[in-house]
Amino acid sequence: MEKIALFGKAPNELSEIVERLGMQEFSAKQIAEWMYKKHARTFEEMTNLPKLARQKLEEVYSVGKTDFSNVQTSADGTKKYLFPTTNKQFIEAAYIPDDDRATLCVSSQVGCKMGCLFCMTGKQGFQSQLKAGEIVNQIDSLPERDKLTNIVYMGMGEPFDNLDEVMRSLEILTSDWGYGMSPRRITVSTIGIIPAMKHFIENSESHLAVSMHTPFHEDRRKLMPIENVYPISEVIQQLRSYDFGKQRRISFEYIMFKDINDTPRHVNEIARLLNGLRCRMNLIRFHPIPGTPLQSSTDQRIMEFKDALVKKGIRTTVRASRGQDIFAACGLLSTKERIKMQSPDF
Amino acid sequence: MDTGLSGFIKKLPLQAQPLIRLKEISSEVFVISINRNHDFLPGQVVAVTTDFSIPPRLYSICSGNKEKELSILFNVKHDGTLSPKMAQLKKDDTLFVSFPFGAFLGDDKPAWWIAAGTGIAPYRSMLRSGLGNNKTLIHGGRTTDSFYFSDEMTAFLSDRYIRCCSQQSGEGLYNGRLTSWLQNQEDLPLDHLFYLCGSAEMVVEVRDILIGKGVDIDRIMSEIYF
Repeated sequence: MEKIALFGKAPNELSEIVERLGMQEFSAKQIAEWMYKKHARTFEEMTNLPKLARQKLEEVYSVGKTDFSNVQTSADGTKKYLFPTTNKQFIEAAYIPDDDRATLCVSSQVGCKMGCLFCMTGKQGFQSQLKAGEIVNQIDSLPERDKLTNIVYMGMGEPFDNLDEVMRSLEILTSDWGYGMSPRRITVSTIGIIPAMKHFIENSESHLAVSMHTPFHEDRRKLMPIENVYPISEVIQQLRSYDFGKQRRISFEYIMFKDINDTPRHVNEIARLLNGLRCRMNLIRFHPIPGTPLQSSTDQRIMEFKDALVKKGIRTTVRASRGQDIFAACGLLSTKERIKMQSPDF
Repeated sequence: MDTGLSGFIKKLPLQAQPLIRLKEISSEVFVISINRNHDFLPGQVVAVTTDFSIPPRLYSICSGNKEKELSILFNVKHDGTLSPKMAQLKKDDTLFVSFPFGAFLGDDKPAWWIAAGTGIAPYRSMLRSGLGNNKTLIHGGRTTDSFYFSDEMTAFLSDRYIRCCSQQSGEGLYNGRLTSWLQNQEDLPLDHLFYLCGSAEMVVEVRDILIGKGVDIDRIMSEIYF
């Protein structure tokens, strides 16, 4: 019988388990501390638990942390880690060091259902949801864990299509009983699933990034099928109804496609849509993927676009492309080659 | 448990509706019907649940927009929470349904409608709403009983209705995957629109084939089972 992983469980869930095993109530807090603060990977390391208690735990449970199974290193220092999941699939996480910052881009699903035209993860379809423990494991099992300054949920999958587990993972990362990270060091990215986005805004303090990619409904629904259900104009309207304070950040991701979304007409419409909303734009070079007719805008066009947005009063940055040579850059994460394909229904 | 994207459509206003009919049209595939209380555009979806403890999910409407009843098509997902319950409903049981929404809309321009499995639903709505002229429907399924509404489709579309069956053969069926059939087409009507409805896997694979055959992305519309 497969052992149940404790990693990813909150203290109240651990309390039920220790009670069931006849252990002292405070053991739950101790286990949480060992897993999340002291990074223990086995029960044997939890030396302030009685030996008998450790043996009882070992019989039914595992800590549930998983080592990465492969790592690739880019010429620019970016590293792409491959992690196995509990159901024998794989996910990728990208570690991006940059001067005094070190960011980890984590996955929230195996594959993705959203089918965006420009995304490599979307090409593999959807395989499964990650549990909170599997999301946090990408951080805890990272060799560079202690250097991390920022976590971004921008790896494989749509975080808000796995909202429960993503929220649980955020709780583990930001709680005093967990990693105690500031929520301001965490950004969750979404293509704009409105009900889930509202839940996140109301129940988390972390930053939000929304993938816009074009301000026009007709164009966006060709790039991103979700636009048919949750249009970007409605997403922005919903964002206007919240007070994000001065510390919490909303940003819009905007991949630059040559002649598709990089014209003055797009600048004007973005300015109209975002008028009065305190936010920033992140412009991203497109990293071409097989079978897609899209091309990246030139660097010159990207800079002109940025300048035009800034002139409209929109704080705009251009994101550096990192890890492109190891397919770790934005939109390139995929474990398609490792999927045992099920019989499709078509 | 995969609660999924639509698992969090909690804030959509849902209206209690008595169920008029539940009909099993193929093994573990059902059409559920309620009164149509709202206007809708063919291709739109509704969020549906059986009670508020179960997160609603999105389903395409499969009935015409002038009909008295509003119907949806669903198959039972054994690892799901909602569809097994929906399959147990009886006449007059309550279903909670949102207003129709969504922008995967049909029109009267020439188009290919491409579907896998229950992805046929929005096209049936379009057909029954009078948008079936100048349309070709390509429907993929695993087995011969996967071609829901085939009598209706055959009657209206005749030879503009292509059924691709990947695991069984049968009269009038293309024996192979929908994607194989598409790959074998030499001259696609590049001036047509192409509508895609199905799983993410199906949509991305079909979209790649169409683009590879010269279809402009501006002519491709996709709806994924979110």
